[in-house]
Amino acid sequence: MADRAPWSEDRARSILSEFQDIRGALLPMLHGLQEEFGCIDDPAIPLLADALNLSQAEVHGVVSFYEDFRKTRPGRHVLKVCRAEACQSMGAEALLAHAKSHLSVDRGETTADGAFTLETVFCLGNCALSPAVLIDEDLFGRVSPDRLDALLADYREGVPA
Amino acid sequence: MSAQSERALRDAVTVYVPRDAAALSMGADAVAREIAGEADRRGLSVKIVRNGSRGLLWLETLVEVALPEGRVAYGPVTKGDVVGLFDAGFLEGKDHALAHGLTEEIPYLKGQERLTFQNCGIIDPLSVADYQSHGGFVGLERALSMAPADICAEVTDSGLRGRGGAGFPTGIKWKTVLDAQGPLKFICCNADEGDSGTFADRMIMEGDPFRLIEGMTIAALAVEATEGYVYIRSEYPHAVATMREAVRLAEAEGWLGKGIHGSKRDFHLEIRMGAGAYICGEETSMLESLEGRRGQVRAKPPLPALEGFFGKPTVVNNVLSLCSVPVVLSKGAAYYRDFGVGRSRGTQPFQLAGNIRHGGIVEKAFGITLHDLLYDFGGGTASGRPVRAVQSGGPLGAYLPASLFDTPKDYEAFAAREAMVGHGGIVVFDDTVDMAAQARFAMEFCAAESCGKCTPCRVGSQRGVEVIDRIRAGIEPAANLALLEDLCTVLADGSLCAMGGLTPMPVRSALKHFPEDFGPSAITTEAAE
Ligand SMILES: Cc1cc2nc3c(=O)[nH]c(=O)nc-3n(C[C@H](O)[C@H](O)[C@H](O)COP(=O)(O)O)c2cc1C
Ligand code: SF4
Ligand code: FES
Repeated sequence: MADRAPWSEDRARSILSEFQDIRGALLPMLHGLQEEFGCIDDPAIPLLADALNLSQAEVHGVVSFYEDFRKTRPGRHVLKVCRAEACQSMGAEALLAHAKSHLSVDRGETTADGAFTLETVFCLGNCALSPAVLIDEDLFGRVSPDRLDALLADYREGVPA
Repeated sequence: MSAQSERALRDAVTVYVPRDAAALSMGADAVAREIAGEADRRGLSVKIVRNGSRGLLWLETLVEVALPEGRVAYGPVTKGDVVGLFDAGFLEGKDHALAHGLTEEIPYLKGQERLTFQNCGIIDPLSVADYQSHGGFVGLERALSMAPADICAEVTDSGLRGRGGAGFPTGIKWKTVLDAQGPLKFICCNADEGDSGTFADRMIMEGDPFRLIEGMTIAALAVEATEGYVYIRSEYPHAVATMREAVRLAEAEGWLGKGIHGSKRDFHLEIRMGAGAYICGEETSMLESLEGRRGQVRAKPPLPALEGFFGKPTVVNNVLSLCSVPVVLSKGAAYYRDFGVGRSRGTQPFQLAGNIRHGGIVEKAFGITLHDLLYDFGGGTASGRPVRAVQSGGPLGAYLPASLFDTPKDYEAFAAREAMVGHGGIVVFDDTVDMAAQARFAMEFCAAESCGKCTPCRVGSQRGVEVIDRIRAGIEPAANLALLEDLCTVLADGSLCAMGGLTPMPVRSALKHFPEDFGPSAITTEAAE
């Protein structure tokens, strides 16, 4: 995943302006900001409220409702381990436990070297090839603990398979 | 291009390597690169087409070679197999350990009735010309010549029911929107597909995106809507990218936008992305989310058909419902209605998932039994152990034991057994499953994904997790089992939507069919009933 830009009000305003004229612009704006900055920075809230004629509390309420929107920048890569039923039937809980111990992090945490943030997700639509994980925007199926280790090593070195 | 390279391209062998996310998850990009590189090294000329998936997911990456007699399949191919395939002569369809002969003759595929998925895996998903040469836009052209009420009637006559879970007749919904007065109406496609064990929406968006565009445009003509939105979950980045590109191409070729296909009708389509909330698959929550708010469920009435997106008349339909419409219009209502049983007409792309040997898409007419899906198509479990339980219809669906596998896939037959067809997902578990853990997960899922509006759903589900923990730990099991049953009743009766309302389904079915997993008092309680 690209390096996350530090907060820039000018850049944020220009992202918001791309969506200014569409119906129901808040989610597209939030996705746009998160893609650029890796999270929704606090100073974005008044900008959003201003752009959409909402209160800051309303904007904050939306940001906090959705699992996707982060308040802090994640590691260089985000690993999402599926823990929904189909993946459970193929050992997802064991895979998640392995990921936690291998990376020495808990859910939602980032590794000490900043390489990975570990998250969980309910279903990636790859349920015939369970267990599944998503690394950034790359999907993987039939992920054994060994395969996960190999994948993480590739990403750590910056040469995705 | 030089004359020589033009000739080379003309003589090139066409090789298909899927771009579907499931295929990518098994290394399809690396396979495609390796085939191109190896062909180059050998001075052979190949044209690689990145198709959708055929839906035989255990064979991904499934590589096909186009030959005069048809397409020949090889799979599952990994990068490391490619040199061997060249050595064996796969470009001439020669034998190899991974060869399956003609794709169309593979029993898994041959035994299906593909209407909705008829093009998926066959065409180049991002070629309008390819789509049209496979019957694409014929239904839309017919709809352009029809009165809106006649389009609604055709869809009603087909017997098509919503594929998103509730099974409401699609044509009747459309007629309600048509009859609602107003200058601004919307078509909102529900592509939130949050149920574990389902991936058909994703696959068709990635493998045949123009079909969804065609279905939505027909819906727009039927109800006189001018704007449409596809709400795709953010866990599907590939589907989002493919749909965005398909919309751009359809606009460029006059199938979307102002004056669709030279007519006086306009239809503008936008792709929107969810943000990781299961509840946003519930239609009113989805509309709230599309409007830029928290995905909290709205009370019904008013129906979205009358007061939907920004309060305007709105069709909300699932991807598969909309993708079934082109064939209804091109071949006629009777053709579609002739498939199926009882009040479940047409076909459903069932999705075999979880611990299953041959997972993938099985599109069949309604009426096929779970048993045939699991064994004739699915080949039993991936682990080789016996199937113990199947969850049908997503996280809010019942767990079924082997004694109920003779149930035909039919909305009413499943309802009669306190189960549901839902979006057609079937998740298989072998005999190592702990059904008390699955019941606990159902409660945990409800607690995590509740929109928070109703107390039973928000708080009761959390209580449910704790009560099941106590039962599993053997703490006052009889009293806690009674408490669990009370909680289920409160959830079922006191919830505004099916999130809280149906969470008791997986819990109660686990208790009813697998009481032994909840300890001795559960067995006696169930036996006494
Ligand atoms: C908790 C919950 C989740 C739902 N998730 C989805 C979903 O992911 N996709 C979908 O099409 N319908 C989903 N539905 C059903 C929708 O509310 C709605 O019935 C459907 O989109 C209507 O389209 P259809 O008539 O074409 O099925 C869900 C319902 C509930 C209660
Ligand atoms: S049942 Fe749950 S998800 Fe549905 S409206 Fe109530 S709180 Fe929200
Ligand atoms: S349940 Fe894990 S990908 Fe669907």
